[in-house]
Amino acid sequence: MDILILILITMVKIVGFTFVLTLPIIAYSVYAERRFSAILQDRVGPNRTGIPLTLFGFKKDIPLQGLLQPLADGLKFILKEDFTPSHVNKFFFWLAPALTMVPALLTLAVIPFGSELFGEKLVIADVSVGPLFIFAIASLSVYGITFAGWASNNKYSFFGGVRSCAQMISYEIALGLSVIPVLMIFGQLNLTNIVEWQAQHGWLLCPITFGGENGFDFGFYEFGGPLGILLLLPIFLSFFIFTVSIFAETNRMPFDLPECETELVGGYHTEYSSMKFALFFLGEYAAMIVGSALIVTLFFGGWSLGFGLDALLKDDTDNWVAYAGLIHLGAFLTKVIAFILFFILVRWTVPRFRYDQLMKLGWVVFFELALINILVAAVIMAAPNMVERGEIGALIVLIIGVIAFSIAMFVIAKSLDKKKAPQSL
Amino acid sequence: MPTPLFYLFAVIMLAGGIGIVAMRNPVASAFSMIVSFIGLAALFVGLNAYFVGILQILVYTGAVMVLFLFIIMLLDLKKEEDRETKTPTLLAGIIIPLLLVLQLVAVFQTSDLGDFKPITKDSLIAAEAQLPNDIPADSQIRKELKQGSLPDVNLIGQKLFTEYNFPLQVIGILLLVATVGCVSLSKKLIPKA
Repeated sequence: MDILILILITMVKIVGFTFVLTLPIIAYSVYAERRFSAILQDRVGPNRTGIPLTLFGFKKDIPLQGLLQPLADGLKFILKEDFTPSHVNKFFFWLAPALTMVPALLTLAVIPFGSELFGEKLVIADVSVGPLFIFAIASLSVYGITFAGWASNNKYSFFGGVRSCAQMISYEIALGLSVIPVLMIFGQLNLTNIVEWQAQHGWLLCPITFGGENGFDFGFYEFGGPLGILLLLPIFLSFFIFTVSIFAETNRMPFDLPECETELVGGYHTEYSSMKFALFFLGEYAAMIVGSALIVTLFFGGWSLGFGLDALLKDDTDNWVAYAGLIHLGAFLTKVIAFILFFILVRWTVPRFRYDQLMKLGWVVFFELALINILVAAVIMAAPNMVERGEIGALIVLIIGVIAFSIAMFVIAKSLDKKKAPQSL
Repeated sequence: MPTPLFYLFAVIMLAGGIGIVAMRNPVASAFSMIVSFIGLAALFVGLNAYFVGILQILVYTGAVMVLFLFIIMLLDLKKEEDRETKTPTLLAGIIIPLLLVLQLVAVFQTSDLGDFKPITKDSLIAAEAQLPNDIPADSQIRKELKQGSLPDVNLIGQKLFTEYNFPLQVIGILLLVATVGCVSLSKKLIPKA
């Protein structure tokens, strides 16, 4: 009987978080993208689609600021002709859209949406390898794009697929390396515990909690007292590399070279129409939402309110009060939506990179910066213990080593930057 | 893991494995291999080895197979699909796996599985007391074991960076040397003017 209840609760969570919560956010982020870009470009954007009362013989429609636009878009995609060209590889052509959408939705399984509601954690699977699970499953979505490009049997589609293949592999490295200093501070990979750590110590990028004896507490106090503030430097660098890599991983502007219209017609989805095209489109937005959720969870405290406010939601026995889950869910969604708007803002302000610039940024700049970042964070974290044990000499050698390594990396990167492409022989 | 789930993922894995050799199209073979790897990862997760399972997907499915596919897609697929299977190849393909299966049977026949204990909450809490003393009391490993959850990532890291630290670094240098060798081999030699 217990197992049935467990399965039932998990099913409710899956349906709730994926279909009731995330899919509407995906649909409305498309609307938000159109409206927000319109504001940025001094246009109006889609503001008419509302309840079409004129269809039923009334005088006027109710426009509702275009809020029903996603519904109309969805209906349009379903009703359009679903055309499969004759020159494609049918099996992979049909498989590819699903392979882009499914991994993005699967990664939602480990994201903690809130603390606890009725004693149930608001996360579908509370596994001990959270961020790694997301990286692993998200890396599967590259197959969708690659297969789409290959199966379309079209030069431009194929270029798009190959580009995205190379781009995602390159930036996965920067993504994985940049998150290591953060995980060293948390000391674990369970996303729920990571958020709880931040609820107690303050958000990772803003580790301050108010209240307590001194008025406010500093979250990194356990890493060498006041000197723990030095850790903010590697964390900021991590945050920067991680965010830019997420942009590249989700194929968003300014890294949307796989579907670069000026060079490749439409890129990997040139041959796709109707709902199959919509799945690519929605898969991109789903990946963007998961990316924002991951950034929020790792750097901005996930569902925690931050600044020590979470302590107010606990009762005398140190358990969450009954309604805490809802408040935390609201806080999480607010942060994620803010980040989605940031993604949109970047898309409409930063121009597209050239392909060699993209590769250089990934392999020459971010890869080496992330490596140095790991070393710096490790030295800062190890320093208090080493001083305590009287190993000051070793510490100084370590610091000199890190500086020498950084300088060597910088010189190598510079030399690669100057080198011109080999002239034809 | 519940037994039906084990059979489900085992069947997925084996179907993928058969697909690799049975498919004529190299891209379809590569796809079968991806399916097989995902089934294997699910089996690892079923054994409570979350970290190993996820690494299986992250490294093999997410990186190695992407590179494979990258190369395969640049091939002339028509030529590959028309290729006939020769008898010696077929025979070797049957005999070598058969020998390996025989060896596996022999290993299972002679090995002693000992007093096998399933991983439960109680056995994890009991395992905490048997940890070596050099793991400090406030470490993540002890904390999680006391709560009855398996800190597999921390345990692997602890073993890797204490007991096997030297082999780890040697492997790191080996990989670096291999990478540098690859780059220098694939670079075009420019003759002096």
